[in-house]
Amino acid sequence: MTAPTPTTGVTPTVTPASPGGAPPPAQPAAPSRPRAAARLGDRIFSGLSTSAGVLILITLAGVATFLVTESLPVLTASADEIPGDGGFLSYLAPLLFGTVLAAVLALVLATPLAIGIALFISHYAPRRLSRLLGYLTDLLAAIPSVIYGLWGALVLAPYAVPSYQWLERTLGFLPFFSGPVTATGRTILTAGIVLSVMILPIMAAINREVFLQTPALHEEAALALGATRWEMIRMTVIPYGKSGVIGGAMLGLGRALGETIAVLLVLSASGGISFNLIGQANPPTIPSNIAAQFPEATGLDIPLLIATGLVLFTLTFVVNFAARAVVARRAEFDGAAG
Amino acid sequence: MSTSTADQSAPAGLSQARTPLPTWLPWALAAGAVVLALVLRTVLGSGPVLTAVLAALIFGVLVNVVSRRAEGSRRATDRTVTAVVSAMFVAAMVPLVSLLQTVLSRGVGRFDGEFFSSSMRNVIGEGGGALHAIAGTVIITGLAALISVPIGVLTAIYLVEYGRGRLARSITFLVDVMTGIPSIVAGLFAYALFVVFFGPGVRFGIGGAVALSVLMVPVVVRSVEEMLKLVPAELREASYALGVPKWRTILKVVLPAAAAGIATGITLAVARVIGETAPLLLVVGTTTSLNLNPFEGRMATLPVFAFFSYRVPGANPEPSLDRAWTAALVLMILVLGLNLVARIIAKRFAPKGGR
Repeated sequence: MTAPTPTTGVTPTVTPASPGGAPPPAQPAAPSRPRAAARLGDRIFSGLSTSAGVLILITLAGVATFLVTESLPVLTASADEIPGDGGFLSYLAPLLFGTVLAAVLALVLATPLAIGIALFISHYAPRRLSRLLGYLTDLLAAIPSVIYGLWGALVLAPYAVPSYQWLERTLGFLPFFSGPVTATGRTILTAGIVLSVMILPIMAAINREVFLQTPALHEEAALALGATRWEMIRMTVIPYGKSGVIGGAMLGLGRALGETIAVLLVLSASGGISFNLIGQANPPTIPSNIAAQFPEATGLDIPLLIATGLVLFTLTFVVNFAARAVVARRAEFDGAAG
Repeated sequence: MSTSTADQSAPAGLSQARTPLPTWLPWALAAGAVVLALVLRTVLGSGPVLTAVLAALIFGVLVNVVSRRAEGSRRATDRTVTAVVSAMFVAAMVPLVSLLQTVLSRGVGRFDGEFFSSSMRNVIGEGGGALHAIAGTVIITGLAALISVPIGVLTAIYLVEYGRGRLARSITFLVDVMTGIPSIVAGLFAYALFVVFFGPGVRFGIGGAVALSVLMVPVVVRSVEEMLKLVPAELREASYALGVPKWRTILKVVLPAAAAGIATGITLAVARVIGETAPLLLVVGTTTSLNLNPFEGRMATLPVFAFFSYRVPGANPEPSLDRAWTAALVLMILVLGLNLVARIIAKRFAPKGGR
């Protein structure tokens, strides 16, 4: 998209006729210096829009600096002032572990399902149905997280307990399912399932978009060579959409890392680092820990929580940045190809 | 597509294709798989989830075996994948349908006049409503929109119409970064910002509006930018050719042409932040009575109200839980309604293609 620049040959001759020009431009000098005819209105308007853009720069710089300055007391405080023993890093470790574990669980569960949904909508469902389903997944992506949290805590968690008991009986030799199973079902695995349900619509929507962009010629060529539908998908749709799927998955991961309220409502966090997914002692996550502790926090607790927020910010930043890089490389590749 | 006849004429050495399966056969196999799974359920005593998984597995194996014998391995793989993809879709829909159904069935219980006409002031146990929370949500979301729409639209105009060079590139990049800010971090930012001016422990509505704006601005910028880029360059050039200055061209030609898309984008951005809980929990807190002044004291909002009704239900939890579900239902109606409005705007007011 190339927006016309003000210098593209129209400005010099037409300036006097303009209705909105404030100061009459210097007519004799106009042909040599077309940009000199910038009007007051133009200057105000471009100034306004530029400053709005700069305000965004300042805001983001503000987010970073406020988080850093407000969390500085933690770095200078001695280890025994911080809850637990061993200072900030040992306070952070279980939080970071829980955050990453829940998000990775969500991603592992959601990625294949999102690909399946997207393929179903884009290549299997009847055309009319697929538009309706696409609209429906968009709607589901907009449902607030507190609703997912209520559903996870009150419907999913009690419902999952028998399944967890079954997992412990049959797969109890694995460290993930070693038990003992909690009676409430509010484990890190439940949190991961709720997160996966939450990121499923957005990931499916991204995958669907990518799959639909596969050039029709590629697909038709594959079918014309006698490929079955699955062979056509494997040979044209999947290679074409791979980087889009990866980018979508990383965006979903970023969402899952930062999700607060749903995890807070679902997870009963009390433990430290543990790979037991269905037990009673589950690690907390950074955002849910902030939301749980912040309202009653005093003194050094506040900088401590803000410091964990800074860690979360950095983590999601890196993940999102990597996702953009993957998607951008794909865009470049497309540009080169077509 | 699956009944194409391409394989029938192929030489036997290339594929072992024989007659394709009749269309009713897979359905019959599916019915058989379900019956078998139900029989297994009574024998093994497996739960509904396991039964469904078993049914899908049995169906996949059956289809594969039958199709392999009748049509050859390539067709068999194709049919199996179709079964797997469809099963994945159904499996993914189960929790989402369960969610909608639960919110609807548990939410209608308190979906009454009292819920919309009274606050929780002096209410213990049954009764009470969420008028204060609804008012708070409307005020805070409205303020957030008031802050972020001008900033977002102007930034998008800058990026599309003016932006060149390093500044524009870095703004584009940072808007991308902002899209990924976790909502709790936005809340921490707003808190840290207002603590500088008002001291620790500050809680008021405008802080929540600022936090929501941090989340809303990038969404507005992105969608408005897309819409402005769709405006054909010919429109701008025609306007310049008539001697209209650039700022008037943007105001009178470009923005009206993109108005429907911009309105849609803003509506969707509002729908996105209206359900945010975490930043409001930190910066606004909650209260039991109606507070209409966003510059003074705590305010209740629907998501936070739903959160606390579940988290701190009091001695008699049932009425509080009912209120939480009804708040969730109201919130969902708001969000879905806004999405619907956005669709209608996009459809009704979109510029017509022909002339």
